[in-house]
Parts: sequence; structure tokens; C-alpha cells
Amino acid sequence: MTTAFIEISNGEKLAREQIPHLVFDEFQKNAMEIVKEGGKVVQYFGYQDGSSIKLLAVLRTDKLFIAGCDAPDTYPCFSQTCEPFHMFEREIAEQFGIKPEGHPWLKMVRYHPNYREKMPDVFGNDYKEDIPGNYNYYQVKGDEIHEVAVGPVHAGVIEPGHFRFNCIGERVLHLEIQLGYQHRAVENLLYNVLAKRLPILAESIAGDTAIGHSLCMAQAVEALTKVKPDKGAQIIRSIALELERLANHIGDLGALSGDVAFLPPANYFGRMRGDFLNLSLLICGNRFGKGLVRPGGVRFSLSDDLRKTMDERLKELKPQVEHVLDLLFAASTVRARFEDCGIVSNNDAEHLGLVGPAGRASGISYDARRCFPTEHYGQIDIPENKKPSGDVYARARVRYDEVLQSIKIIQSLIDTPVETNIVEDVNYNLPSSSFVVTINEAWRGEVSHALLTDQNGKILRYKVKDPSFHNWNGLAMSLRDTGISDFPLNNKSFNLSYCGFDL
Amino acid sequence: MIESIILWLLAVLVAPFFSGVILKVKAFFGGKKGPPLLINYYTLIKLFKKGSVYSTSTTVMFKLGPIISLGTALVVLMFLPIAGQDPIFSFKGDILFILYLMGLGRFFVIAAAMDTASPFEGMGAAREAYFPIICEATTFMILIFFYRLTGELQLSAYFTEGNTIELWNLTGAPLLFVVIAFFIILLTENSRVPVDDPATHLELTMIHEVMVLDHSGPDFGLIELGSFCKLFFYSTIVSRLIFPFDFGSSAIGFFVFIAGLIIVYVAVGVTESVIARYRMDKVPQFVLTSFALAFFATIITLEFIK
Repeated sequence: MTTAFIEISNGEKLAREQIPHLVFDEFQKNAMEIVKEGGKVVQYFGYQDGSSIKLLAVLRTDKLFIAGCDAPDTYPCFSQTCEPFHMFEREIAEQFGIKPEGHPWLKMVRYHPNYREKMPDVFGNDYKEDIPGNYNYYQVKGDEIHEVAVGPVHAGVIEPGHFRFNCIGERVLHLEIQLGYQHRAVENLLYNVLAKRLPILAESIAGDTAIGHSLCMAQAVEALTKVKPDKGAQIIRSIALELERLANHIGDLGALSGDVAFLPPANYFGRMRGDFLNLSLLICGNRFGKGLVRPGGVRFSLSDDLRKTMDERLKELKPQVEHVLDLLFAASTVRARFEDCGIVSNNDAEHLGLVGPAGRASGISYDARRCFPTEHYGQIDIPENKKPSGDVYARARVRYDEVLQSIKIIQSLIDTPVETNIVEDVNYNLPSSSFVVTINEAWRGEVSHALLTDQNGKILRYKVKDPSFHNWNGLAMSLRDTGISDFPLNNKSFNLSYCGFDL
Repeated sequence: MIESIILWLLAVLVAPFFSGVILKVKAFFGGKKGPPLLINYYTLIKLFKKGSVYSTSTTVMFKLGPIISLGTALVVLMFLPIAGQDPIFSFKGDILFILYLMGLGRFFVIAAAMDTASPFEGMGAAREAYFPIICEATTFMILIFFYRLTGELQLSAYFTEGNTIELWNLTGAPLLFVVIAFFIILLTENSRVPVDDPATHLELTMIHEVMVLDHSGPDFGLIELGSFCKLFFYSTIVSRLIFPFDFGSSAIGFFVFIAGLIIVYVAVGVTESVIARYRMDKVPQFVLTSFALAFFATIITLEFIK
């Protein structure tokens, strides 16, 4: 395949002039070619450079490709024939007022005015009142059709989001999800803060993915400042990322069990989630791993005593986890609920560009740990965890596999002494006119940060992408033709982030 | 008569306690300490101390729901032979009266739910109206079964004094079917797992709970008390069926009866702990199992009597 896009590797610094700057038509043609041949969108965003708006796309096949162009005011949309661009085009329309003509479903992503002065709003919203849900939802008409509105305020302590179901009886015909209630303009915050606050902001993008996002941030700054963390730091970071995966996957499995009213695993997993969070606490004093990862390395070392304690705890926890996993997956009533519930076909998943466990459950083997390894993952053998069926059972089963694998990975990593120099002073002197994109496989899937600097070495554009950005549409798709009473179960099987999406 | 009234009062008073037993059993299986056994009394007291909130879109129907549902539950208990003793009221054909009294209670709860105009509650009401229809088929099949055996349509003809043991003597094996069928009805009518999940906070999956979401304070207390009484009603019958012995009105009789009750409540708790909830569209199959059981029990007795 010849393409005007050039290859780039994960966490590789490029000078901005090295990025091909194409004419828009050529950019569009090449981007769509890559994606139509099975490529996926990692990043596609706009940024303001001086007075002009430019677009930049990072696509992936088994390699990463990049190219940019000048943004037109309107353009014939990509999504009509090339679905993985769908969310990205809406995001660009919302952030920069660039209208994709003929977009199949042009609606706001997060409900905020665009960043450009005097640029009319693409959606015709007035933003005097901050109500993301103030919008004409997709409607199904018919005598027996009824609509159910859920949220933005939900039962239990969870984040806000609005769900609109179009149902016939108990069967859902269509689910529309409107988020944006947690929009904090994280990307814009990142331009103006003191450099040393960057990691702290990154940790707070999505509280349950603190390590995933802070790794992306740290790797981006490291690539730009040409600092390489030592081997020990890489191992500790990998351990932290796996602990985050463990705690969340186990929490999810417990919650899935609770949603089908099978209480024992729900209770046991609830407790074990805490046990794994406490391992993170052992390493860095924070259960979610905040304050651990900094550009250049880590702020806490892993002493031999600590390794021993962790090893003991893992030895104690592993049989317990295996036992409860068995209890959950061997129960026929649980399997009856999980199987054939909320199926997302492999074809749909490919078109939506699902990532992470949700993607693997629909037969997409992509795992950034294996495809674009960072930190210590190059030396770890990560199995393909894909499952063919795409139902709740598959999504639970992927977690089952990954939980056991993560325990094994951590055990093998703490087997030998880990030595690292703790990072004290971080170098935030970013080089001018540079670009870097970083990708990590957090527990929900592919997290990616892209960083562009201007002539003075200031951050020109910081783009954050949480895996939830891809996967929310997967949840909506899984609900098609599924009983409305199975929504909570499906929702839990995806367990997506609201704040990671809303930014 | 006085004894019957005292028994009725006691039944209403202890019903919340027994529902607490279920919570304890579930907590045991989940490896937790669980709430205190008297939790339901604390909850009721808390609710009765609170004020009520009424949505402006509701009418008097909404306020009638809780009162009538508790009222019918209390009246139904008056017809129930507790521990094999005579009930307060009893007349020929009282079973039909009781069944439709409970139907009346349900109607008003459903009407109150519809009155809120909330899509959740409408959904719950549809489910609450649907599943009991299937239950009713079973209930009537069991009724036919009892009628074949005794020629009576009166609760006291089945469950007082030596009548229950007489049923077992007449036809033991089919009655076992009926006990299981009745237990399934108990789970369905009282919104227990695997039909409904009383512990969930997810409105979309609820059946009974979602209908009473808008009720608050004392109103909700009335509904809770009503559902404790309803569960007590069904449990008493199952308890009497599994321990049919007649001890007159001696203390042993009461102990055996209470032991039977506890077994039933523990069985509900164990059921809730060891199986997951069925998918909503599979629930009718589960409930229809009870119908099949009752149906075959009746068929067998037909042959038997010939």
C-alpha cells in the first residue's frame, strides 16, 4: 500500500515539519484508504496554528501512520462510508465549527461552544443553559412505541449521563446516549497550567484510569525531552498498570454478578478489588496509583521487602480469585444471563472501532500491549484474548482471562530485584515545533495522548483520547433488540467512563 | 375467636422479623455479617417518622395505593389459619374471596404506579400485571387439586387441625408437587430472586420495587408492611404443608409451626443466594413450571380417586 501518510512509532518524537502536510482532498483520500483496508483511527483532531485551523490524523493498522492538512470550513464527511471517523468528526465539528457535510448523525459530543471566536455553532445550540440533554433525540414512531429516559442523575453513586430508550414492550429498538455532563475542558486546562501540574491533571482525567493516562502523559513528555526511564521504573510502571487492570476487572466481574442478583461473587470480588487497590497503596501510598508515575520514571521504588510483601499477598489472593471466578462462571443461571445477551457482532465492532476488552470480546484481537508495546511490555508475552461471540459472556470472559494473566505478569515482574532511581526533578523543557503520540493499553482499552508544541516550546495542542470515546457506541449497539431489563448488565459489561469521554 | 385475633395480631407483628431472616441468610452466603435481625422494624419506624412527598402530577389514586394494598394484606391474613388454628373469618368459598382481595390490592398498587406517569413505573406496572396472570393459572390448578381431595373451597378446610395431615394421607406424592409449585408462586408473588431482585437499585430491571419508587415516608412504610404480611401469608401455607401435624393448640404445635416458617424463609434466602436471576423473558417459563407441577398433581389425583 502506498500512502501519503508516513509511518511513526508509538512515543516517537517528530519535528512538525516532518509530518506530511497534505492538500485536504489528498488527506481525505489517503486516510479513508487506510481505514477502509482495516485501519483504525487513533487520533483525529483539529488545532489552531496561528490564525489557521489544521487537522491531524494518526491511524493504525499494524503500524501507526500520520499526516495533517489545513482544515476547510466544510467538507464532505468521512463517516458516510468510513464509520470509524464518526465520533472524531463530530468532535472536530464541536471544537472548531468545521462542518462535515452529509454526516449521518451530526450532533454535539459534549455540549460546549466551539473554541474559535465568531465561528457559528454547527449544531445551532445556544449554550446559555448548560444542559447537554437539551436536544431532540432520535425518535421511533408507532402506536406501541414507548420512550424511557434514564438519567442524567442515576440511582447509586455513579457519574451522570442521559440514556434514551426507544422500546416496543420490553424490547429496545434503539438506545441513544448523550453525555457531556462532566465536561471540564481538560484539554484546554493542559495548555496553561504550570508544567509540573501536567501529571496531576493527567491522573485526574478519569479517576479509574489514573495510571493509564499518566503513563501516556509521561511517555509523551519523555519522548519530547529525550529522557528515558530506567528499566526498574519501566517494570514498576507495568506493575502499576496491571494492578489497575486487576482491580477494575475484578470490580467489574463482581458488579456483573451483582446485576444478575448472584450475590456471593459480588461480595467476594468487591472485597478483592480492595485488596488489589491496596497493593497499589503499598507501592505509592495511593490506592489508585496517583503520584506514582512522573515523566522520567517513578516517584517510588520497589524495595525487596515490598516485593516480598506483594508476593505473599498475591500468593494468598490468587487461589481466592480463581475460586470465586470458578463460582461465578460455573453457575448455570449466571451463564444463562450472560450468554447471548447484548451481542455486538464482529462486523459492527470493526465499524465502530471498538477497543479494549469490549473489542476483544467481539473478535478484535487488538491489544496495545502487544501491538505497540511500551514500558516493559516488549518483554512480556501477552496472549490474544479475543472471543468470537460478542455477548456479555464474552466481555466477562475476556476479563476472566486478563485477571489471571495480570496476576501472572505481576508475579513474574516482582520475582527479581527491581532497581530504579526515583525521579526528583522532571525536565519539562519541551522542544519547539514537535509532535508525539503515545498509546497504552489501560484496563478499558487504548488510551492515547498526542502533544504538539509551538515555536517557543509551549504546548500548542494536547489531545486526550480515552477508550470510552470509541466504546460508548458499542454499548448503544449491544442494546439493539435486547430486553430493556438487560441494560444494566450490558452497561456493566462495558463499564465505560463518563468523565474520560467528557474530558 | 379471641385466640384467632391474638394470633392475627402476632402474625402482623412478627412478619417483618421473618423477612429479616432472609437478609441474614443472604449475608451469610455472601460472607458478610448482614443487617440486624430486627432491621425491618427499624426501617418501618424510620419510614413512619418521615414526612411524605407527593408529585404534583399525582392524584388521590396515588395516595390510595399504599393504604389499600396494606388493608387487603391485613384482611387476607384474617382468613388465614395460623399454626392450624381457626382463622378470624371463614366461609364457604373464602379462597376465591381472598384471591381477588389480593388482586384488588395489586390493582391499586398498579394504578398508583400508573398515576405517577413515570415511564419506569409504567414499565414495572406492566410486568407486575403480567407475571401474576401466569401465577393465577397455577393457583387455580392447586385449588382444583384441593377441591378434588376435600370437596371444599375454604382455607380452613385444608389447613386447620388434622385437615392438612389428612391431605397427605389421601395423596402424598402429588402434594409434594403442589408444595414446590406453591413455593414458586411464593417467590413470584413476593418479587424474590429468581423472578425479581429486591436488592437492586437499577430501575430498569425491577418489577415490584420500581412501582413504589415514588412512594415515600409513611406511604412506603405501609407498602413494606403489606409486603411482609403477604410473604407471611404464603410462607404460613407452605410451612403448614411441610409440617402438617396436629398438636391441638399446644406449645409444641406453635414451635413446629415457627420452625416450618423459618425453614421456608431460610429456603427463600438460600434460593436467592445460590441462583442468579432469570432473564425477564425466561421468567414466564419458570412460573409455568409451577403450573405444570400443579397440573400433573391434579391429573394424578384424578386417576387415584377413580
